[in-house]
Amino acid sequence: MEKKTALYRMHEALGGKIVPFAGYLLPVQYPKGIIHEHKTVRENVGMFDVSHMGEFTLKGRDALANLNYLLTNSYDTLKDGFARYGIMCYPDGTTVDDLLVYKKHDEDYLIVVNASNCEKDYAWMKEHLFGEVEFKNISDEVSQIALQGPKAEEIVRRFTDRIPAKNYSFIEDVDIKGINVLLSRTGYTGEDGFELYCRNEDVCALWQLLLDEGVEPCGLGARDTLRLEAAMPLYGHELSDRIKPTESNLSFFIKFTKDFIGKEELEKELTRKRIGLKVIDKGIAREHCPVFCNGREVGFVTSGTFSPTLNCAVAMAIVDIDAAEENEFEIEVRNRRLKAEKVALPFYKRNK
Amino acid sequence: MEVREELKYTKTHEWVRDLGDGVYEIGITDFAQSELGDIVFINLPAADDEVTAEETLGDIESVKAVSDIYSPVSGVVCEINEEVVDAPEAINNTPYEAWLIRVKDVTDTVELLDAAQYQEVCEHE
Repeated sequence: MEKKTALYRMHEALGGKIVPFAGYLLPVQYPKGIIHEHKTVRENVGMFDVSHMGEFTLKGRDALANLNYLLTNSYDTLKDGFARYGIMCYPDGTTVDDLLVYKKHDEDYLIVVNASNCEKDYAWMKEHLFGEVEFKNISDEVSQIALQGPKAEEIVRRFTDRIPAKNYSFIEDVDIKGINVLLSRTGYTGEDGFELYCRNEDVCALWQLLLDEGVEPCGLGARDTLRLEAAMPLYGHELSDRIKPTESNLSFFIKFTKDFIGKEELEKELTRKRIGLKVIDKGIAREHCPVFCNGREVGFVTSGTFSPTLNCAVAMAIVDIDAAEENEFEIEVRNRRLKAEKVALPFYKRNK
Repeated sequence: MEVREELKYTKTHEWVRDLGDGVYEIGITDFAQSELGDIVFINLPAADDEVTAEETLGDIESVKAVSDIYSPVSGVVCEINEEVVDAPEAINNTPYEAWLIRVKDVTDTVELLDAAQYQEVCEHE
């Protein structure tokens, strides 16, 4: 039985098409459709219910040491009031989850994980924690709205002057019409934007405030096309318990100068890597479709969709390292071979 | 959701328009386009290809998913709606005008539903 977020009734009232996702009932789109929602976020501003995401708190004297050991990234240089992406690996180098760590201060962190992995992550971390730490799963108390798009700041400014100025910075206890919000300049769309964390009982009022300012609600469909254009990894696709972060070209987020779970395996030479493909023939290559190069099967699609910005089908694929240097590929889609050409990732990058 | 009285329907959400002289026009219903969401590609047979009742005649690709189009009739394709092939969003906008193919020499059809029966099928999905 899927859970409902605190915003469920709002989604129904707005005509959202509800689907089960990661154990929750969430809108895949609203009546105007995915392409409209996608363009709204690229050109204007839209909002998503992302309350299904999991949140943990990690506090105590050894919190930092634990983060550095459990995650591939280093948190030594993370300043108070900033967030940093990280990946949690198994000893074999494959992926438990990817996540975001918010540093409140040296001994107080908020960790945001994928809904589909929340229980697994909690168990994994609990099993590996050491020293003096206090670790809690607060997912069921926290709701989250992602406000994304070039006009996002303008919307937030109508409510508060306390705007986190830099990307990946955040401010706690921001008062938005009496609602206590952790306001974070983060997102998963490739646009500027914010993620607003609040208590479940406040989220409907916060959503309504944003609706009243003309912000359009967007669903999971647009969230996926937006993150895919921006080439952001999604667990279960570009990362999984069969895919190492190095194979998905995420080495930037791996710091080999420290010790962490999975380090030894991640240091090994790569045998495959992630590439971007633009589909030339008519059709959409989707996840799991086999990828061919010079007639030989060289890998598989991890995510694929129709890109509303580029107006063509695009895909990310993991392919053998030698094939990754080639330019022309074929993707097998429903017993047809579609021509595809390699293009640089991300497919879309905003002008800053 | 719109269902038109003058058309016949299949349980798999295609509509059929009898153009007379054994020629039938085929499209997908308002319900189908709404379920699929934004349609971006469509694959259809070529003119003179044979289609067979209950078998797939092509597929339709939305941002969300791909789905098969099943032929309501057996016959020979006499015309493809090239405009819809080039601009498949027409199916979202006007599903009953945006026909996909016309079929002649029809020898067989699946069990076709009238508007009321089709309406009932949709209500149970």
